[in-house]
Amino acid sequence: MAPKIKIPATKYPVERLTLGNGLRVVLSPDRSAPVVGVAVVYDVGIRSEPEGRTGFAHLFEHLMFQGSENLEKLAHFRHVQGAGGSFNGSTHLDYTDYFEVLPTGGLERALFLEADRMRGPRLTEENLRNQIDVVKEEIRVNVLNRPYGGFPWLKLPPVLFETFANAHDGYGSFSDLESATVRDAQEFFDRYYACGNAVLSVTGDFDVAEATAMIERHFGDVPARPAPVLPDFDEPGLTAERRESYTDRIAPLPAIAAAWRVPDPIGAFDAYLPFAVLAEVLTDGDASRLVERLVQRDRSATTMGGYLGFMGDEYQVRNPTAFLLQAHLPPGGDADKVLRTVDEELDRLATGGLKPGELDRTQARMATNLLQETDGVLGRAQPMAVLELQRGRPELLNDLPRLISEVTAEQVAAAAATLRPENRASVEVIPGGAA
Amino acid sequence: MTVKTLPDLKPDAELNLPPERERTLANGLTVIAIRRSAVPLVEVRLRIPFGRAPLAPATLLSQALFTGTGDMSSIDIAAELQAVGGSLGAGLDPDRLLISGNALTDGLDRTLELLASVLTGATYPAEEVSVERERLTDHIQVALSQPAHVARVALLKRVFGAHPYAVQTPAPDQVREIRPEALRELHAARVRPSGAVLVLVGDIDPDQAIDSAEKALGGWTGSAPDGSIPATPALTTGPLLLVDRPGSVQSSLRLALPALVRTDPDYAALSLANLVFGGYFSSRWTENIREDKGYTYGSYSSVEHYVAGSTLVAAAEVATEVTGPSLLETQYELGRIASLPPGEEELEQARRYALGTLRLGMSTQAGLAGLASMYAGFGLRLDHLREHSAALSAATREEVAAAAAKYLAPSRAVTVILGDAEKIEAQLAALTVVERSAA
Repeated sequence: MAPKIKIPATKYPVERLTLGNGLRVVLSPDRSAPVVGVAVVYDVGIRSEPEGRTGFAHLFEHLMFQGSENLEKLAHFRHVQGAGGSFNGSTHLDYTDYFEVLPTGGLERALFLEADRMRGPRLTEENLRNQIDVVKEEIRVNVLNRPYGGFPWLKLPPVLFETFANAHDGYGSFSDLESATVRDAQEFFDRYYACGNAVLSVTGDFDVAEATAMIERHFGDVPARPAPVLPDFDEPGLTAERRESYTDRIAPLPAIAAAWRVPDPIGAFDAYLPFAVLAEVLTDGDASRLVERLVQRDRSATTMGGYLGFMGDEYQVRNPTAFLLQAHLPPGGDADKVLRTVDEELDRLATGGLKPGELDRTQARMATNLLQETDGVLGRAQPMAVLELQRGRPELLNDLPRLISEVTAEQVAAAAATLRPENRASVEVIPGGAA
Repeated sequence: MTVKTLPDLKPDAELNLPPERERTLANGLTVIAIRRSAVPLVEVRLRIPFGRAPLAPATLLSQALFTGTGDMSSIDIAAELQAVGGSLGAGLDPDRLLISGNALTDGLDRTLELLASVLTGATYPAEEVSVERERLTDHIQVALSQPAHVARVALLKRVFGAHPYAVQTPAPDQVREIRPEALRELHAARVRPSGAVLVLVGDIDPDQAIDSAEKALGGWTGSAPDGSIPATPALTTGPLLLVDRPGSVQSSLRLALPALVRTDPDYAALSLANLVFGGYFSSRWTENIREDKGYTYGSYSSVEHYVAGSTLVAAAEVATEVTGPSLLETQYELGRIASLPPGEEELEQARRYALGTLRLGMSTQAGLAGLASMYAGFGLRLDHLREHSAALSAATREEVAAAAAKYLAPSRAVTVILGDAEKIEAQLAALTVVERSAA
């Protein structure tokens, strides 16, 4: 066998500062391409939505693009794209992010735009009604009008969790969305969109001193407002297996997904990391255990995936979260048999350990994936902002390939041993659209 | 509330292309190596011309290419690639087979060796082929339940008629009939280096990377029969084609319009006209049907380039109850851009977007690799970016208006709508002549 390949690391510089109003800032210059990435992350997500307002964190994200103190509706989009850039935002369980990537010369403009909406979006009845319509179309295109819509990220949490915060549908029900008011939006902004509850990050082609001056200029006068108290969303784990199923009226073939609770991704990071490696040992490529067994040998599944976090954001999620496996099945496929085989393979791994080379090659491939994600300026700005927000540790992005490579075979086997049928939540898709 | 002024943009520095080398090897394979050293990885793209290859076997070949060689199983190949942080996969379109992947820089030589062993020695073992055949038929069955896929199938058929581009996904029954022998024959005939282009981008010395490619792939030999495809037919307008999808809660709106190839002198003007109409978020179409009316989550138009011709495609998923009004606004915006010149400021905004996104696209290894490989498929090189940038900068308002009048006129559009016919047919028939799809 060839000698073990050396796992390389990136050395992106990281500067941290906090403005007088409490806004935390992360700067990571890299002048290898004439582009900059800007991200602003707020410490509020789907889990903080009030009951009766499912989908509100995401709807509010849309409202942050509808104009602000000095900007008319449509201005944000036009100013970013008119600078040669792109923009977007996304709502997660524990945070909401807003970001731009632009040619170098657009940096100050992006900072202006983010600061302006941090001071306050223009919340109007007309814009609210318009964006409720847009969000309903988003839900139709991503969930209601396609096969396997919301599978498993919207379907598994209510099986694994009990509390409203952890279990509810983050896209929201149409009736909750329709009953949202401008006043709800103002209260949500006042409570959660405080600059003390946010992180700004800038990556790419800039000079640190110049960028710092720009940031002071634009964000320095955002009124200081403290962060709300961060709730603890923890709840007890399962004590018995939970198994649900539902009919997808469009899907032509069955599918199954399973989830298990894992250690606190932040408070117990060392215990959490082996689960990230385990997911890849089980499902990354044709040489992974479950693909080899279920897809190639048994033919009881046609695709197999494994990852941490319902939204796949393994290093950007707080406790409680989960290890997930999902499989698409052939016509007439037996979901119970797939779960039994998964149990068997987890047992084999837990008791028999890893084969020679199996861990090294998995870690090498994980390093490639991590490194590739950081090549783009947004692939650094976005995770660095969240790592600062949740851990005060943006430089963790540089360390991840090494930390992954230090996970031992014993830790991976021990992680596998915790994934038992009796603490498993699973949900099966019954095909309602078979031809 | 204090009034604050938007900061000015700083002018862009001159477009800098990364260091690049190119060599055509004795076996006819062209190797292009580009240095971007930001992360210690290398991206690999191998484009093999595959025009006129029989659709079902070619599609299955792309899924089964890595399932075995004389001395390696599919698991061995995957494990050996993983050991150097690598992964390779293959995909097909009507012009080419594209093998793509990446690896840690130190694993480049090993990745190329493994690639070579598959190119020269893929065996298509019966058992593995049968697994991939079943997976492919399942995958196609799932695709047929996706509205975007079904709408595209209908649009391609309507646009290309009897041309080879008209059907790009095989029927499950055609896939089920394919035996491993057919894949071996197709591989022997078409997976050949002559006319193929390998692109390597990453933390590499371009000359050394080409040497590595020559060493690993020099033993891959042979040429394929001419697979060139006749020019695409002109669009023939006609009634709106309505494809029924009972119970659909949205309608998939698709319009095809004529377009120009990348090297046409008017292409930059057409690109800008398309942006102003519907090619980015700040376009008239999106601002109208999303941000003003809330009919859709998103609409988007772009020029799709194939080797034998280019087409402009506009697409939106709209709520069932506003399908007619959505078509009305779409026709209005096409009519407006085809009849009246764009505003000065909206043109400058689109121009800056077009120039900026070129720079963004070049700012990562994967972006550069995709761009260089795609350009190579049209006989172009990265320096085409310089020419295209210059043309985008120079296009005048009159030229953009002329391109819009010629190519974006609603009278020239071919329209296909997939949706719940019972609910939308009357809405559409109020605006235009509707013909129901036979399927």
